Formats: sequence, structure tokens, C-alpha cells
Amino acid sequence: MSRSPLPYNPKILELFRNPKNLGRMDDATVSAVAGNPSCGDMITFYLKIDDESEAIVKASFESYGCAANIATSSILTEMVKGKKLYDAWQTSWKTVAKEVGGLPTVKFHCGILAVGALRRAIRQYYKIRGHTPEWLPNEPTFEEKQALEEEELAKMLSKRMIEFEGEG
Amino acid sequence: MVESVRELIKAHEGVEREVYLDFENSAPVPEEVVREMLPYFNVKAYGNPTLTNKPGWEAYETIISSAKKIAQYIGAKSLEEINFLPGETEANNLAILGTVYKRKGQGNKIIISEIEPLSIIHVCKMLEKSGFRVEKIPVDGEGFINLEWLKEKVDNNTIMVSVSSVNNEIGTIQPIREALDIVKSKKGEIIFHTDISDAYGRIDFDLSRIPVDLATISSYKILGPRGIGALYVREDVKIERILEGQIGTQKLWPGIENTPLIVGFSKASELAFENFEQNINHMRRLRDKLIDGILNGISGTLLNGPSGGKRSPDNVNISFLKCEGESLTIELSLKGVYVSSGSACTRRALQPSHVLTAIGRRFEEAHGSILMKVTRYHTDEDVDYVLKAIPAAVDRLRKIYGSMGG
Repeated sequence: MSRSPLPYNPKILELFRNPKNLGRMDDATVSAVAGNPSCGDMITFYLKIDDESEAIVKASFESYGCAANIATSSILTEMVKGKKLYDAWQTSWKTVAKEVGGLPTVKFHCGILAVGALRRAIRQYYKIRGHTPEWLPNEPTFEEKQALEEEELAKMLSKRMIEFEGEG
Repeated sequence: MVESVRELIKAHEGVEREVYLDFENSAPVPEEVVREMLPYFNVKAYGNPTLTNKPGWEAYETIISSAKKIAQYIGAKSLEEINFLPGETEANNLAILGTVYKRKGQGNKIIISEIEPLSIIHVCKMLEKSGFRVEKIPVDGEGFINLEWLKEKVDNNTIMVSVSSVNNEIGTIQPIREALDIVKSKKGEIIFHTDISDAYGRIDFDLSRIPVDLATISSYKILGPRGIGALYVREDVKIERILEGQIGTQKLWPGIENTPLIVGFSKASELAFENFEQNINHMRRLRDKLIDGILNGISGTLLNGPSGGKRSPDNVNISFLKCEGESLTIELSLKGVYVSSGSACTRRALQPSHVLTAIGRRFEEAHGSILMKVTRYHTDEDVDYVLKAIPAAVDRLRKIYGSMGG
């Protein structure tokens, strides 16, 4: 359990202090969660989608997490607004990290989690509509897998804790 | 990256007030301690204490007087029992490894508590790899060690037991006297070590009443300079060195003694002990004002560790639900309130503080924890300011959390 310095850049600090597109969206077409509170990281992504053009009309988020988590979620909502779902899907965690001016290594997973939440929302949208566009990969992408792994790791750690307590 | 840190620091310009409470992790050295240290860098006693020249003899005299003072504050019989070294980490490593080296072949069990500092836990983990068995005494919901468990597990194969007198994260004052009795009545030869870094100057710890074999003291934890500490080793207890080199006045730690830091450590001890009762009453009052103010003023908060007389007078550790700890430290920093968190986000691994999980806090409770320590220098105005800053910070972060999880 070592610590590392976290020299957050001004963009992250600015988005941490003044996040954009914050809050639950009551008229969202779809929403998705990535992470959970026991990871110390959780993001909910809300998308309002225009069915005809398959474009994101607006995006918003809620977050439980560090400054990097809040900043990457916030910037991603701005990046995908107005985009077609196909184009929004192409956003990788590296692009997100670049947009916020770079992330400390130990915070890469925040960018990954944000993209993971977005892609889950997009998958969910097509699932509800009952059709899968050709470009949507059948297998989960790197970001989706990482989000899942983080959730499973946290679940495993919590479970181990409970088992350990049970012994006593 | 350095550029961005400069920007981060700049973002703090114009804060109304600055209140530093992160005394767990580092501390500003009071002016009077710095003033005491300064001449020892280049005016006097800058020599090597084992050499035959005036500055050397001055250094010798200074180091001996400092050791004598510290020995007296913990009720040690002789100043020879105080071994200066660079700090708590080094002292804990020396205590564990020095004992194990000395007692090779006399047993292979080491007992520590679940909530020891990492300088104990990680050394023991290392020893496990070379065949030692490390057993951890479980703690209850307030962090108190299970004495019945200890009674059951301590045996003839045990070579040492190590339990901190006061837990550094949650302030639990352990029943060390009782633990010591259990261990010694099983087998007198078992070495009993206690880290008193968070007890020294804060609770009434006296070796004449609690005659442990080894005790770790840290300087910065009582507002002395960093880079210095001591391991008390009772005169009839023998342990091995863990580093080799030129031995001087400090038989267990080679290298040239750092006289200015020793002077600072000694002066800081003097300041903590000269008005002991008054100091701890002041800390305890501000501690409770802070705890009560937060628990009563903000919903979804939990005190980590015991309250009242069983808690160290300086320690405040509170979990804020639906509020992630690292974000909270940054938000508070931008308002001039400097604290730390047991959140996983401030660490490399995903796991939060092992102390908080050991007392049964769920991960999401541990992630939202904030650790603060008050000193004799803090004022009511400081605490009032903190009590104004925290609710606003928590409120903003909970807005970002929003409606998640119902």
C-alpha cells in the first residue's frame, strides 16, 4: 500500500471545481453505471439520444470518486455531446486522458472507467432498441473489460474481508 | 508534472485561513524548536561525538543530555536505553529484525496486531517469506486488541509480540499493560515491543508501570523535526544491529549522529511534557469540538475509533458517506484545510486503509474517511473555520454523487 504523488494539472482541477453536465437526467434515453462504491470509484452516465439520427443530444454524469474521476467524466460528457453514437463509441480512454491534459499513471483507470460507463450506456441503448449495428463489437472492448475487472476485484476484496471476519 | 503542481499551489492563493491538521503524515516544526536547533548546524557541537576535539565533545555532551531528557519522559532507567536513529520506520524495522536476528532458533512465531503501522506489517510479511509465522491479533469495532485471543495464541514458540500503544489512524489507546502481562506470564523471554509514536506526549506512558522491552518513538509526531526518532531498548535486552558501518555513540545504529535533529527531538519533547496536562486537555477539548461539530452537523458520518478517554487526545478520524476521501482532501485543501484520507484513491492499490477495514468499516465507508490531528498550537478559531469548511465541502461532493445508489 504505497502512495504516489498526484500532481493534477490545471484542467483537472478546473473540472473538479466546476464540473460540466453534472447531475441526474430525468429525460435520459439511457443510463449506465461503471464501478461501485467499494472500488472507491463509481460513475453514472446519462444520455439523451435522438433515435432518428442516433446522435447524443445531451450527456450528463454523477460521480463518486477522486478529482481525476470527476474531471474525466465531465470532459467525456462534453466530448460526446452532439456526436453520433458511432463516433462517440470511438472515444478511447487515451483521448480522454489527453483532453484533460494528462493523467497520473495511477489514475489511468479513471479515464478507463468513464469510457467504460459511456460504452455500457451505448450498448444498453441498442439492447433496448433490439438491434445491433454492425460496428458495435460483440466482445467487450478494453475499457469495458477493465471496468468489469475493477468491479470484480472490489467484489472479491470485499468478499475476502467478509470471509475473514466470519472466521473470528 | 512539476509545472502542474505549481498551478495547484497557485490555486490556493487568497484562502481565508490555513489550518494544517495532517500531523499523521508530516508536521511543521514550531519556531521555538527550529530556533533551538539552528546553532547546532554550524555554531556549536557540529563535531563528531566520538572524536577528541572540542566540537566533538560538545556534540557528545549534547547527545547525552538529549537522551537523558527523553529517557526521563518515558521513565527509562538509563539514558543508554535510548537509541537514536532516523525515525519510526527505522526503529520498527530494528525492533523486529534486531530481535529476530538475536533470537534465531528460539522460535518462529511473531505476534502483531492487525492494525500496526506498515513499518511493522511489511517487515513481518518479509519474515514470513523466510519461514516465520506471523499471527495478527484481531481488533474490535473500536480498534481494541482481543486479549483473550492473545492469551490463547501466545506460546513457547513465540519470540516476540508487537502492539502499538496508540493506533496512529484511529487513536485507540490499547491495554498494553494487560497485553504485556499476558505475554510475560506465558514466557518471560518473549520480547514485547510497542510503538509509542502516537502515545508519547499524549497519554501517560511510563516504563516503570509498563515495563516493555522495546519501544519506538518518533520525533515529528510530537512536532520535532523529521528524520529522527529513537528505539528504547531496556538495558538487559539484547538485539542485533540491522545495518553495519562506523559505530559511534549509538550502538544499534551506525553512521554519524545528527546532532541538530537530536536537539530538535529533545526540545520538542520538552515542550510536549513541560505542560503535559494543560496540553492534552487543550487537545482533547478541540478534538471533541471537532468530532461533535462534524457528527452533529453533517448526516451520514461515522466516528472511526473509540471516543472519550479511550481515544488519543489529538485524533479525529471520521468517515463521510457518499463522499470520496481524496476528493474531500483536495476540496478542503483549496479552502486552506489540510487533511489526509484513508481512501484507496490516495494509494496505489485499490484497497483502503487496513486499519479501517480491520475495525469492520465497509470499503465505501473507508474510502470516505478523513484523518485529522490537533495540537496544542491549534485554536478555537481554527476549529471553527474547519467546522465551516467541512460541511460545505461535503455538500458539494455529495451533489456530484447525486442520486446514485438511491
